[in-house]
Amino acid sequence: MDDAAKLKEFDDRIARGEIFEPKDWMPERLRKQLIRMMSQHAHSEVVGMLPEGNWITRAPSLRRKMILLAKVQDEGGHGLYIYSGVESLGVRREDLIDELHAGKAKYSSIFNYPSLLWSDMGAIGWLVDGAAIVNQTTLAKCSFGPYARAMIRICKEENFHKKQGYEILSTMMAGTPAQRAMAQDSINRWWWPSLMMFGPTDKDSPNSIDLMRWGIKRKSNDDLRQRFIDMTVPQAHAIGLTIPDPALKFNKETGHWEIGPINWEEFFNVINGNGPCNKERIAARKHAHDEGKWVREAAVAYAQKHSSLERRAA
Amino acid sequence: MASATNTTASADWPMWEVFVQLELGEPHQHAGNVHAPDARMALLNARDVYSRRGLVKSMWVVPSETITASTPGENGEFFEPGNDKLFRHPQFYKSPKGVGNLE
Repeated sequence: MDDAAKLKEFDDRIARGEIFEPKDWMPERLRKQLIRMMSQHAHSEVVGMLPEGNWITRAPSLRRKMILLAKVQDEGGHGLYIYSGVESLGVRREDLIDELHAGKAKYSSIFNYPSLLWSDMGAIGWLVDGAAIVNQTTLAKCSFGPYARAMIRICKEENFHKKQGYEILSTMMAGTPAQRAMAQDSINRWWWPSLMMFGPTDKDSPNSIDLMRWGIKRKSNDDLRQRFIDMTVPQAHAIGLTIPDPALKFNKETGHWEIGPINWEEFFNVINGNGPCNKERIAARKHAHDEGKWVREAAVAYAQKHSSLERRAA
Repeated sequence: MASATNTTASADWPMWEVFVQLELGEPHQHAGNVHAPDARMALLNARDVYSRRGLVKSMWVVPSETITASTPGENGEFFEPGNDKLFRHPQFYKSPKGVGNLE
């Protein structure tokens, strides 16, 4: 079968709603796109540990501290689920991580913003994880088996992330004027970057066409963003938070909340390495990797010791 | 137990496929994979990655390279022997009226 016939057969499979697996034939262009998209997603989970890691030692109570630790550990685990999926396409996790550390790989722009206040832990859980859930719930139905399975696993765990964030904010909104101001300050800074998490508007999203054609993306960036807005605005109002968008209004005819213009210049600026924390994030990842070297060496020494003990016993 | 590797780079640590059993008596299901220098540590890593919420009853790790899989492109002929023997299914048979359900 030549490539044109294989492509036709593959297109037909996707049209029938079939799931494909790593060893199945797939267009080379799609394989590259999947490696790019999944590795960026995995990197985002791992870099996403940093803004929250910043507050573990300063959590206001033991309860909040345990929750935050568990959440950050989950994010590391989510990174591993997705790296595991992308390795099925014949790339090595170590090479992907090297690219991240060399500044050659992208990750979600949201993690290049600083976490300045405790209430940012609320905003991150509620808005950032909330946006991620909207995105990932759709990806859980995507056509590539390893990606869909990783997403199902992640979605099951993310709901607690969102709920603990909303609990932090609703507690603060029921508190003193200073606590309420702090919560509002966090929303003012995290609202727009959260909307940008869904990626550029459809007409400026060059990779979307292939990914939609082959069933990886099942909803457009703009559709997912709208779903998130419609879900989130009433949750903000319910606890007395104001969405920092003077143009925000509810359209009774469509049933959708309409927002003002997104500052895409800021988005592209941050994604291209010039956000407030890009350099700090990569430096922190490299530091963690280098500082972990002795642990990797110890693991190997331990394995060698046990293997020689077993040989002697045999 | 698979032998330990001699290298310190985790990229060269072998990959292990992880299977978990979620209910006693149920089959073990594939969950994903981990890298680890030996089986003992593969099991520890698998526990940290695939059972953070304590829902797992039992866990296996298997060196990925030891798994032999069918080839997707040859599925048709490979599984053919199971497809043309309708007489293996109970629906293939007719019973006289009035006998009722034989199962």
